[in-house]
Amino acid sequence: MFILIVGIGRVGSSVARTMLDEGHTVSCLDEDPESHARLEIGLEESWEDKGGRYTVGTGLEIEALEEAGIDGADAFVAATDGDNTNLVIAQIAQRRFNVPIVIARILDPYRAEWYESQGVHTICPTRVAIEMLTSEVREAAAKAGAGGTPDG
Amino acid sequence: MYVIIAGAGKVGWNLARELLDKGHEVTLIENDRDRFATVEQELEHNAQYGDASELWVLERAGISRADMVIAVTGDDEDNVLICQVAKEKYLCERTIARVNNPRNKQWFELLGVRPVVSATDLILRLIEHEVPDYGLVHLLDLPEQHLEIIEMLLPQDSKAAGVRVGDLEMPDGSLLISILREGRGFVPGPETVLEPGDEILAVLDPTVEEDLTTYFGAGGVSANGA
Repeated sequence: MFILIVGIGRVGSSVARTMLDEGHTVSCLDEDPESHARLEIGLEESWEDKGGRYTVGTGLEIEALEEAGIDGADAFVAATDGDNTNLVIAQIAQRRFNVPIVIARILDPYRAEWYESQGVHTICPTRVAIEMLTSEVREAAAKAGAGGTPDG
Repeated sequence: MYVIIAGAGKVGWNLARELLDKGHEVTLIENDRDRFATVEQELEHNAQYGDASELWVLERAGISRADMVIAVTGDDEDNVLICQVAKEKYLCERTIARVNNPRNKQWFELLGVRPVVSATDLILRLIEHEVPDYGLVHLLDLPEQHLEIIEMLLPQDSKAAGVRVGDLEMPDGSLLISILREGRGFVPGPETVLEPGDEILAVLDPTVEEDLTTYFGAGGVSANGA
């Protein structure tokens, strides 16, 4: 599968490396050329030698998206550090370039939930953190024997 | 009218002032603490602190009863998202968005956000109007309807100079609606003969714009004989 990832931070770079390892074609797009170094963390050879693609630019520039190969992409991952940027470029990938699989990383749970209901597939790390923390605290409280209600 | 304005930059702040002066109810939302503090001193309860692209911030500002949402932050992604959410989630029918980078205008259209205001485009439009040699001036654009009205100056060696309007073979999808000549405008008849220096107004499908400029453009015999 050909996967285009926009936003090569901690999340984007890790997803990119893993997908490349698993045999997919991976193309990365980021406005900061320094982000290329992130892709090579833990690699013996360069990202390109491993078969990865890398383009400098933003997800709002058609030329950059096309250079990164959006026309042939099977999947598009929006993983920049901006919720609004991710929501806009995910919709560009869906509506303008008809990419079949589009996933956006959205930190704000409310926006994530609403756009999900509108047909933009969102992943909300904040929601995951809330669920994990809540369940940990609940478990710890149960072990300590404290009740969940004032009279419990 | 109740208006929510996102972004208290020069545009947002002055818009809020003007609308309040006209007796409208306004909430101006600003994300930057310092800027908010400055604006709040003057606008008091009409200013709210927060990120207008967060749903709860819009809800706190009372978006469900807003008649209009205006997004004029310095960030195009924020402006387009704020208007999209206002329209699609909160069913606010009237939104106005500012486009900072004219190249992003297409994305506002793609996401159904209109009208949009771009300072760069406004100034370009003025330049086109002030410099007639530029060729073609857009008087009215109706992109949804695939129509536009343009004004064009016929050059001295226009291919159409000396041609009867009745004999014109304009591109399909275009129509000559009037001629401005020596300061006077008139609707031409079939017998009217086009002259170099005429300014023509035409209504057309934007896709034939280039054909139209070629048709009326230079390349004929110059009236000056040059």
